[in-house]
Amino acid sequence: MSILAYNGGAMLAMKGDGCVSIAADKRYGIQMQTVGTNFQKIFEMGPHLYVGLPGLATDTQTVMEKMRFRKNLYELKENRRISPKVMASLLSNMLYEKRFGPFFVEPIVAGLDPITYEPFICNMDLIGCINKPEEFVVGGTASAQLYGMCESVWEPNLGPEDLFETTSQALMNAFDRDAISGWGAVVYIIEKIR
Amino acid sequence: MALAEVCGMQDYMLPRRENYLNDEIFKMSLNFTNNAALGIPPMIGAIGTTADFTKDDNGKELKIHFDHGTTTLGFMYKNGIVLAVDSRATGGQFIGSQTMKKIVEINNFLLGTLAGGAADCVYWDRVLAKQCRMYELRNRERISVAAASKLMANMVYNYKGMGLSMGMMLAGWDKRGPQLYYVDSEGTRTPGKIFSVGSGSIYAFGVLDSGYKWDLSDQEAYDLGRRSIYHATHRDSASGGIVRVYHMQETGWVHIDDNDCNDLHYKYLEEKNQV
Repeated sequence: MSILAYNGGAMLAMKGDGCVSIAADKRYGIQMQTVGTNFQKIFEMGPHLYVGLPGLATDTQTVMEKMRFRKNLYELKENRRISPKVMASLLSNMLYEKRFGPFFVEPIVAGLDPITYEPFICNMDLIGCINKPEEFVVGGTASAQLYGMCESVWEPNLGPEDLFETTSQALMNAFDRDAISGWGAVVYIIEKIR
Repeated sequence: MALAEVCGMQDYMLPRRENYLNDEIFKMSLNFTNNAALGIPPMIGAIGTTADFTKDDNGKELKIHFDHGTTTLGFMYKNGIVLAVDSRATGGQFIGSQTMKKIVEINNFLLGTLAGGAADCVYWDRVLAKQCRMYELRNRERISVAAASKLMANMVYNYKGMGLSMGMMLAGWDKRGPQLYYVDSEGTRTPGKIFSVGSGSIYAFGVLDSGYKWDLSDQEAYDLGRRSIYHATHRDSASGGIVRVYHMQETGWVHIDDNDCNDLHYKYLEEKNQV
């Protein structure tokens, strides 16, 4: 068993027309035993920026703290909001520092650029290799199922309401086929005006 | 060798066998005449030792178990036996099915539950059903649960250590009244009043043991079975889907109901909030 699948969890992010979505399940388990059903793994890093950290739960929390620390340093030094693109680079760099003893998380970054409001999504592997596709990214133990769902239900230029429906359906149907994901879900839709 | 055989070549000094192909057909389909006979791969170890069927040539564990996660339970009370099971089939973390039938209706007075390897359980239950029917035809009376469970235990014991994986309960009503047995592929066979089998059994036992009384009413007994399985499906990821409840009565088994464990979750939640 991979250590990435020790706690379980499913996550995805999608691009829409002037908006992005990010969603995850809420289960926290130890292998096949469900311990909690209200575990947070998507974190608000700004008014238009969310970061999800699927993988080993202890590293989800550690990486979140370290990443928030570096984000705060950046924002104080630069005196401006961090953009999703920089957030991704910051995370990537932080993960690669631990190249030979990595954190077992595969982060997903979703947000809008603070100036242009351009949608941004990306994911990376546990040592920080960034992947920036034009449509959606998935992560966690149900990633195979999520790829299947996203490939079939995603379409370009979805508005916020349709994006919410598409994201929710993709997530729910995917984790219904994964024993160690589910037990509640959270979906964020990020738009220019909140 | 096979090619030589098909071509009708004779072994040196051996008398030519007549109908060698018929013989071949018989040998290749032994299972038709004896369902308890399965093909055995050639032995790898020294003469007299049994090959290890759970490891490959490199000593790596063979992963052939499919439906390993399950919750099943059965208990006896004053009005008979209640059996309750979940319906999820998993292969590792992947959910293969949410609608599996884990209670097998062997005949009108015999029920079997399955946990462990799905194919193992289904196959041997089928063989058992045939054996029970044969017994009925030969002896003009139904087989006792004790005898049926012993048939099962003996059949699978022949394959002990070869990777069979099953833990089943047999529930029935015979001359001696309601009977409940536990049989597994390790060779255990034991009668008892309360059993729970499978990865979720620890959770089911928690609810079952705390709510169990011999004098339960029918409705209370069904609800106890349902609740126990529901709580197991909640904590154990390898269990889930539909909770099926059966009742073994003097007149034969009755299928009480099937409930989606999601619906049960919200039903029990509402009941909890009302109190």
